[in-house]
Amino acid sequence: MSEQEPEQRVNELRGPAPEERPRPTGRRNSQGMRIDPEVEAEPRSRRTAISALVENEPGVLAKASGLVSRRQFNIESLTVGTTTNPETSRITLVIEEPEPGIRQVEKQLEKLLPVISVQELGDSAIQRELVILKVHGDEPDKVQAVTEMYDGTVLDAGPRTISIEITGGEGKIDDAIDAFQQFGIRELARTGQTAIARGDVWTTDVEEERYERMHESWRTTTTTTNDD
Amino acid sequence: MSKQASTTIDDEESDPDVELPVENGASSVIRALEGAGVETCFGVQGGAIMPVYDALYDSSIRHVTMAHEQGAAHAADAFGIVAGEPGVCLATSGPGATNLVTGLADADMDSDPVLALTGQVATASVGNDAFQETDTTGVTRPITKTNYFATDADTVGDTVAEAFALSGTGRPGPTVVDLPKDVTNAGTDREPGPPRTPDTYDPQYEADDEAVEQAVRSLERAEKPVILAGGGVIKGEASDALRAFATEYGIPVVTTMPALGSFPEDHELAMEMAGMHGTGYANMAITHCDTMLAVGCRFDDRLTGGIETFAPDAEVLHADIDPAEISKNIEADVALIGDAGTVLEQLDAEMTRAPDAPEWREQCTTWKAEYPMDYAAPEERPLRPEFAVEAMDEATPDDAIVTTGVGQHQMWACQYWTYRHPRTWVSSHGLGTMGYGLPAAIGAKVAKPDTEVVCFEGDGSFLMTCQELAVAVRENLDITVAVLNNSSVGMVRQWQDAFFEGRHSASQYPWVPAFDKLAEAFGAQGFSVHEYDEVVETVEAAIAHDGPSVIDFHIDPESNVYPMVPSGGDNGQFALSEDQL
Repeated sequence: MSEQEPEQRVNELRGPAPEERPRPTGRRNSQGMRIDPEVEAEPRSRRTAISALVENEPGVLAKASGLVSRRQFNIESLTVGTTTNPETSRITLVIEEPEPGIRQVEKQLEKLLPVISVQELGDSAIQRELVILKVHGDEPDKVQAVTEMYDGTVLDAGPRTISIEITGGEGKIDDAIDAFQQFGIRELARTGQTAIARGDVWTTDVEEERYERMHESWRTTTTTTNDD
Repeated sequence: MSKQASTTIDDEESDPDVELPVENGASSVIRALEGAGVETCFGVQGGAIMPVYDALYDSSIRHVTMAHEQGAAHAADAFGIVAGEPGVCLATSGPGATNLVTGLADADMDSDPVLALTGQVATASVGNDAFQETDTTGVTRPITKTNYFATDADTVGDTVAEAFALSGTGRPGPTVVDLPKDVTNAGTDREPGPPRTPDTYDPQYEADDEAVEQAVRSLERAEKPVILAGGGVIKGEASDALRAFATEYGIPVVTTMPALGSFPEDHELAMEMAGMHGTGYANMAITHCDTMLAVGCRFDDRLTGGIETFAPDAEVLHADIDPAEISKNIEADVALIGDAGTVLEQLDAEMTRAPDAPEWREQCTTWKAEYPMDYAAPEERPLRPEFAVEAMDEATPDDAIVTTGVGQHQMWACQYWTYRHPRTWVSSHGLGTMGYGLPAAIGAKVAKPDTEVVCFEGDGSFLMTCQELAVAVRENLDITVAVLNNSSVGMVRQWQDAFFEGRHSASQYPWVPAFDKLAEAFGAQGFSVHEYDEVVETVEAAIAHDGPSVIDFHIDPESNVYPMVPSGGDNGQFALSEDQL
């Protein structure tokens, strides 16, 4: 039937053709924001850490990481560990996204049932990462000197390799790795960043209340014990 | 569905006759369903789910055995759409669970409430690649609202009750409880509690006052306002509120595909469906508006076309119960996080005057006249599908429920049927699952046995799940299936004509069965229509038939779906024919 005069398509919807129709003046950018055509600019990506307090249940990390990966967010690092309360863990995500993407990561994380609270950490947050690198041991003195420069610790020194631990902000870790390149880095393991709010600010918004509650129940139990 | 009713259901509602003591995990699962008010479920038996089916044997819950688990998931999904409460489906482990996957993904994309209970191999065998084992929670994680792996017979009933409550509360969606055989077999006498969402799940129903005020000021000064109604209007039972609001303030209403029926299409303010195959006037209205009140929609790309050209002049006021939908695809100028009905009432309370938009309403009326949804049906040409859709609409009451598969027939069913009531349109929107129509018709008919149910299918789509006819016959469900048969996967063929130089790679189906004969083989009534003068008579006979019937409409194979906005295109530049693409 494909041979049967294909130009004879039966569609006779009426109305002005596309080029005869009025067109609106505005435009949106790829994030769906209305833009002024005069000052057109795509929002720039920025690198930031997001902290999520989560229930310590099986699968929570898979849920968080699966969400991030399937929505194609550009994830730089992801770390997880328990908090003072054994029932909760903290996940720290470092992402590089334009502003709307960052807001989406927060909101999508908040949607996950085991996620208690999510907060983007500002520039003032304390952020640290740990790297263990293993270099060739031909020049132990020089390795020692570079290690000291970066406040590192030698974990293991053998005739052929030296293993060093460095802790610090992301920039410092990057610099240290560069500095150790001269000795030939055989292997390297980075943890990814973990972070916490600076000073007396709570990292996510529910933590104060949760802390007070835990502290209260701890006080009650100790008092009872003392009375006995 | 009221928020409270979906969260907690009174114990008194369950029938005292069915209250046998809980003996094991499986009977606790069934008791949880009874406690949630579940009266019907859909499923297929199998090894690992046998303990649950054994407990079901003593229950008053009706079980509809489907031909395939995909059918069970779609039937439960349609039941959920029509009934407004979670539809329940059951499957065994491994292939049973994986067969549910398409249906769960479909429900997830359309935010339909579905609770799936899957059998699982015994806990000790989990992870060992045991017979009929799959990692069901792993497989379904990205396509469910949440899922559970049951570990304890004492708590499994509570888990099922919670999964039920979560599925229907807030933004609805599918939930899964994976039930290892040892857990359902293990003894327990613990009665499950009523369906209750966990404390951590706390959707916001009322929008912030400040946002409401901002939205209202924007609407009041609008000169070209539009309401974009999404599926959330139906899910939030907000159709009446929408109608009242639009009428009170004279704002034209455009709907997304899942929102068909949320606003009566014969209303003067109705602009009908927008998007890829929406009406010309709807697409003109959303493109040229200056203020858009979007309620319960997620700005799918089939609606928006290219983001850059979507309502480019409009301030977007976005109401949604899911905060993650706000500014996901289209940046919202005002975020109204809340339940559709509540937000509309809040806006109404704050409005002091209607927008001054008589010219805009007139413009919308002009567009309706300029871009009419017309077609010619000369007797000497083959049957037009639009004619068949209209004939079915004509022959059925206003509240008839329409279900569809996916393809050209689905679009004609959107365009040429007049929807007047919420929960009368049941289709696969986000996932676009071919074969959705027939199992959905079964679910819809079970949910509303006294309502006329019509299913539109294409020949390609129908072939994917036509085995469910066996179920419709066995259960004697009075549904009418209209197959718009053009011997091809028509939508693909249409795109091949438009974008692939007419190279019909694998899209033509010259080998389709005679669907009237196929229906008869299954024990249903079969009809075949080739000519215009057979249409009305056959449709009436099929509708009148007490039981499932199938009409094989041999439609014009050259018929295509227009208007059309090519993928990623500008909604205002919709094509009225292939040469405008």
